Amino acid sequence: MEFLFAAEASTSTSRTLTITLFLVFVAITLGITIWASRQTKTATDFYAGGRQFSGFQNGMAIGGDYMSAASFLGIAGLIALYGYDGFLYSIGFLVAWLVALLLVAEFLRNSGRYTMADVLAFRMRQRPVRTAASVSTIVVSIFYLIAQMVGAGALVSLLLGLKPGTEFLGMDAATAKVATIILVGTLMIIYVTVGGMKGTTYVQIVKAFMLMGGAFIMVLLVLAHYKFNLSALLGDAAEQSGKGSAFLEPGLRYGVETAGDAAKTFYSKMDLLSLGLALVLGTAGLPHILTRFYTVPTSRIARKSVLWAIGIIGTFYLFTLALGFGAAALVGGANITAQDKAGNTAAPQLAQALGIDYFGGETGGAIMLAIIAAVAFATILAVVAGLTLASSSSLAHDFYASVIKRGNASERDEVRVARIAALGIGAVAIALSIFAQSLNVAFLVALAFAVAASANLPAILYSLFWRRFNTAGALWSIYGGLGSAVLLVFFSPVVSGSATAMFPDQDWHFFPLSNPGIISIPLGFLFGWIGTVISKETDPEKYAELEVRSLTGHGAH
Amino acid sequence: MPASADRYLEVQRSEEFAQLRHKLRSFIFPTTIAFIVWYALYVLLSAYARDFMSIKLIGNINIALVFGILQFVSTFGIAWFYARYAAKELDPRADAVYNELENNPEAAATTPEGSAS
Repeated sequence: MEFLFAAEASTSTSRTLTITLFLVFVAITLGITIWASRQTKTATDFYAGGRQFSGFQNGMAIGGDYMSAASFLGIAGLIALYGYDGFLYSIGFLVAWLVALLLVAEFLRNSGRYTMADVLAFRMRQRPVRTAASVSTIVVSIFYLIAQMVGAGALVSLLLGLKPGTEFLGMDAATAKVATIILVGTLMIIYVTVGGMKGTTYVQIVKAFMLMGGAFIMVLLVLAHYKFNLSALLGDAAEQSGKGSAFLEPGLRYGVETAGDAAKTFYSKMDLLSLGLALVLGTAGLPHILTRFYTVPTSRIARKSVLWAIGIIGTFYLFTLALGFGAAALVGGANITAQDKAGNTAAPQLAQALGIDYFGGETGGAIMLAIIAAVAFATILAVVAGLTLASSSSLAHDFYASVIKRGNASERDEVRVARIAALGIGAVAIALSIFAQSLNVAFLVALAFAVAASANLPAILYSLFWRRFNTAGALWSIYGGLGSAVLLVFFSPVVSGSATAMFPDQDWHFFPLSNPGIISIPLGFLFGWIGTVISKETDPEKYAELEVRSLTGHGAH
Repeated sequence: MPASADRYLEVQRSEEFAQLRHKLRSFIFPTTIAFIVWYALYVLLSAYARDFMSIKLIGNINIALVFGILQFVSTFGIAWFYARYAAKELDPRADAVYNELENNPEAAATTPEGSAS
């Protein structure tokens, strides 16, 4: 059996259908956004969706915010090409939610209002801590945004089957990429400026339903193909991957062993540990995830929404396991790499193969391909909207209202600035993404997690649980963690000095690991501790207030 | 409405609040350490014990796959267990302190060490 992606006959059917479905999604979400804008009157509406979402709704929205195209297409592709190691990667993203559940979500909801900085600055000097939190929020969100938008640009040419030399609507592949980045950026700006948190949340809920539904159907078809015999699926996947039984074992992608080079092997394994650590500790420090906890009425509903999120995200990663192995088995490793070396088209290619298999040949294949491609676009839009909202909220609420206006900005003024900030951040993200599109920026997602784990998480945990923690400690942990993660990556092989680097022709690297977490996360905690003990500032009264409020919900917004 | 600063200090020192904090911390901190160690064990075995991880159990299903699935099981299990524990041990205690604060937002000025009752 041979399923070459987007066979010529089905290309145009599939393209038309993909675009139609995508436009339907855009029309529905824009409708929701306009409806949401009429419901958005106060700052609480804009920043926190009026705090009226249910646990299930927010759980779905968290899923919609978290399951990016990198998760859907990226992990399915990793599993399809490298087998077991793709699965290993996905597990860190799930286990991470226990940190959010046990240590962060409820306390943040109880003591904060709109942003991460509300909790960090609770008992500190407002202006320096809010500035630091704002810087770190924007850095994390921009890294994440660029990775998503550049990914969107690359995806569109793959999903529409645009190869160099072919044209679509009068655009060649390179122009189509830039057009996609601008389109995605414009839509995310509209969702956020018009719909605020309410609109963004519904976009994420709709996307989560589409993604889970689409993935579920594919999983069912893959499993049915093997008569629900998992072992047969695995066997076939190993065989068709061209890698044999190593495909089902760890070591093809992460912690690769290089015979005769002990140092290289050692660093490769350290890199795996470093990545795992950043994934598990980073999630609970991602600003766009943290702001989601403010959209529910109480901390108990925040808890419930994390429980839903764990269920939804866990199920989704189990789906990607079946999708990845299914793609390896039914499409085959060679056909996947022929389309995209990174394997990002494995899931759409699998959809096409399943369509051909189950629903009447080429047309069925084109329909399935179109559905999954549209789901992938929807996925990107929902994630970038969440990122833009979190960073513009922080810029308006933390930097503008507290630092510039020293807490004297009116609510209306603050929301107006948040909308302008969303426009500005969106424009900057579009410009940076267009500039970065020819560079390899896939590492930026892992870097965003590493910064979140090194800068934000130590500050959040110390704030909530350490009586002695103070302004200097917060500044040291945020700037120290942020600085060490970014600097280590700058001097690592992902930026220079390797064939797959961002700048492959230059070499200034001296740090051997691609993932800084194993060094920068302990450094973030250490800096926070040092900064705290060298400063005399303590405020037992404010800590009493924070502790009592965070544990009981007293005085919660 | 938030209570006064003295009142929060008073509540923080109260027996009820100390119990709530103890019940909370004695669950969340050890559990966090446990699941991080359990996850680290999984990653370490994936990096350094590949012969062990490749042992096939049933058909093509090897220890590595079962270990990975167990990470899902343990994550779901801990989440479920925490929800149950919180509903039984934490929420009623938090409610009691909350109500106490709502009913008496001012500190009993003469007895700074006094209990919240």
